[in-house]
Amino acid sequence: MSTVIRLHNITKIYHVGSEDVHALQDISMEIKKNEYLGIMGPSGSGKSTLMNIIGCLDTPTAGLYELNGINVSEMNDNQLAKIRNKEIGFVFQTFNLLARSDVLHNVELPLIYGGIGSAERKRLAKEAIGRVGLTERIHHKPNELSGGQRQRVAIARSLVTQPSILLADEPTGNLDSKTGDEIMALFDKLQKEGNTIILVTHEEYIAEHADRIIRLRDGIIESDELVKNKRVANHTEVSA
Amino acid sequence: MRFAFSELREGLLIAFQALRANKMRSILTTLGIVIGIVSVTLMGTAIEGLDRAFNKSIQSIGADVLYVQKWPWGGGQDWWTIRNRRDISIKQARAIERQAELVSAVSPVAGTMRQVKYRRLYVDAVTIVGTGADFLRVNGTNIALGRYFTAAEADGGRPVCALGSEVSASLFPNETPLGKTVKLGAYPYKVVGVLEKQGSFLGLQSLDNRAYVPINRFFKEFATRRTGISIFVKASSLPNLDETKEEVRGIMRKARGLKPKQEDDFAINQQEILIQTFNTIGVVIAAVGLFITGLSLFVGGIGIMNIMFVSVTERTKEIGVRMAIGAPRRTILQQFLMESAALCLMGGIIGLTIAFPLSLIIDQVLPTAMPISIIAVALLVSVFVGVVSGLLPAYRASRLDPVDALRYE
Repeated sequence: MSTVIRLHNITKIYHVGSEDVHALQDISMEIKKNEYLGIMGPSGSGKSTLMNIIGCLDTPTAGLYELNGINVSEMNDNQLAKIRNKEIGFVFQTFNLLARSDVLHNVELPLIYGGIGSAERKRLAKEAIGRVGLTERIHHKPNELSGGQRQRVAIARSLVTQPSILLADEPTGNLDSKTGDEIMALFDKLQKEGNTIILVTHEEYIAEHADRIIRLRDGIIESDELVKNKRVANHTEVSA
Repeated sequence: MRFAFSELREGLLIAFQALRANKMRSILTTLGIVIGIVSVTLMGTAIEGLDRAFNKSIQSIGADVLYVQKWPWGGGQDWWTIRNRRDISIKQARAIERQAELVSAVSPVAGTMRQVKYRRLYVDAVTIVGTGADFLRVNGTNIALGRYFTAAEADGGRPVCALGSEVSASLFPNETPLGKTVKLGAYPYKVVGVLEKQGSFLGLQSLDNRAYVPINRFFKEFATRRTGISIFVKASSLPNLDETKEEVRGIMRKARGLKPKQEDDFAINQQEILIQTFNTIGVVIAAVGLFITGLSLFVGGIGIMNIMFVSVTERTKEIGVRMAIGAPRRTILQQFLMESAALCLMGGIIGLTIAFPLSLIIDQVLPTAMPISIIAVALLVSVFVGVVSGLLPAYRASRLDPVDALRYE
């Protein structure tokens, strides 16, 4: 299977006052296509920094980051914006939807920045909304939706550009466990459909949905192992 | 192209949503721009009106007429020297009439104020104007009723007069003035004609509150030792005005017996000087007026800038999300610029809808309507103010670090 992400000796140093904080030190790893990777670690372990670098929101101080064989570690802001738009789908803990826009417009947004024409945009957005089972709510505003529904809108938004990776940062952190399970079932389904997923979490049972878990501590990889008993969500089918 | 269009639409949509979400704030912020636009457009309208009033008055003088006078228009020379000049005489007017070839009509003109009376009706402070028979041709005025006095009447100094329309209307509300005898001051004159309505000069002095008499008679009955005359000279054609002026100057110098080295002791005035003088004043009035009213627009712009900073701070997280899903910095900049431009444009439109009825009030005083150009300029200016005041906040928004912005609560 082809490699989507290759990190080689990634280091990130923050300057706090006169001190240098090594948030990441010589991180090297690969993520294959259609892989489902969990990244775990206590707070301060560097997992947010790693996620920001993988998500092209931040650039490493040193090291090489190849996304689909392209070196993105030295790109400028505009190039990174384009990469984020085309290659990365973000799912956040707090959903981060535009409160004043309806479901359709929220999902369309990445396509607007991607320069897709109106008709094509609507078609792709509706398709993505269908995949997360929210076709009925297409003209609802986020405040008219439940937490789980909001997160599904966010997932539709992350899917709509058909990115190389889905990057989910504590996607169930703001949800009750039943709704959380629904969301995890959705990720399971998306992996089956061929997506590559990176899940950042600090909850063991959430991370166990992944095929492989990388544990970080103090900026280095503590362990990198396959999940023996991969958890499958109880909700086998997402209510449409 | 399509990319730019989607972005533009998205920008407008965001702007509209943001304005709608904060209705009260938007309205209050816009108020500054509204007041600015109202004051600037009203000032512009007033200036335009002043200009038109002047041009209308100027037309009543005629562009191809030279005024041979003791006093130069526009000033500049020593007052005492000019005061001591010899007066212009009727004889000199005759000399121009006889000798000048580039001249189509000449009339000496002198004036004073008297009461004009017909039976028990009277009008105070009527300007009695003594002229030659050719005065109407010089002045480009038409007769409305009857005739002007003839050359024979003028030369013979007959007691005949033509009335301005206002005097005529006041004295003869129900009958024809022709053939009636009116009293100009103490002296009886027979009315032979009434002039067409001419309006007023600079909106101040009515040109219709007048009575015209032969200048020879005028000098017998109204002139004092200090009464000066002007000679109105109409050039045969406008392009020849400069040559005509030279010719008249030569004749005047000869008639006044000036030696070759002596300076002119008379002035040949023309409308142009008046226009120049007025234009200088007009530009100063316009500059000062627009500067002061422009200040209110500037204050409005500061208000917009302030609220845009608030808006950027409030929406830091939203900016982070937009960046995360691929909005380049340029797009963020553009979107906030559009928001502030839309805010100001809204202010401009409201301002114009308020200013327009107010301009109709100005219309009562000055002959003006709000010109289309001012409406267009006002809208452009409000968008410009929006873009300028939005620049700094929008730049700040576009420079946000996506990681920090996403973390902002």
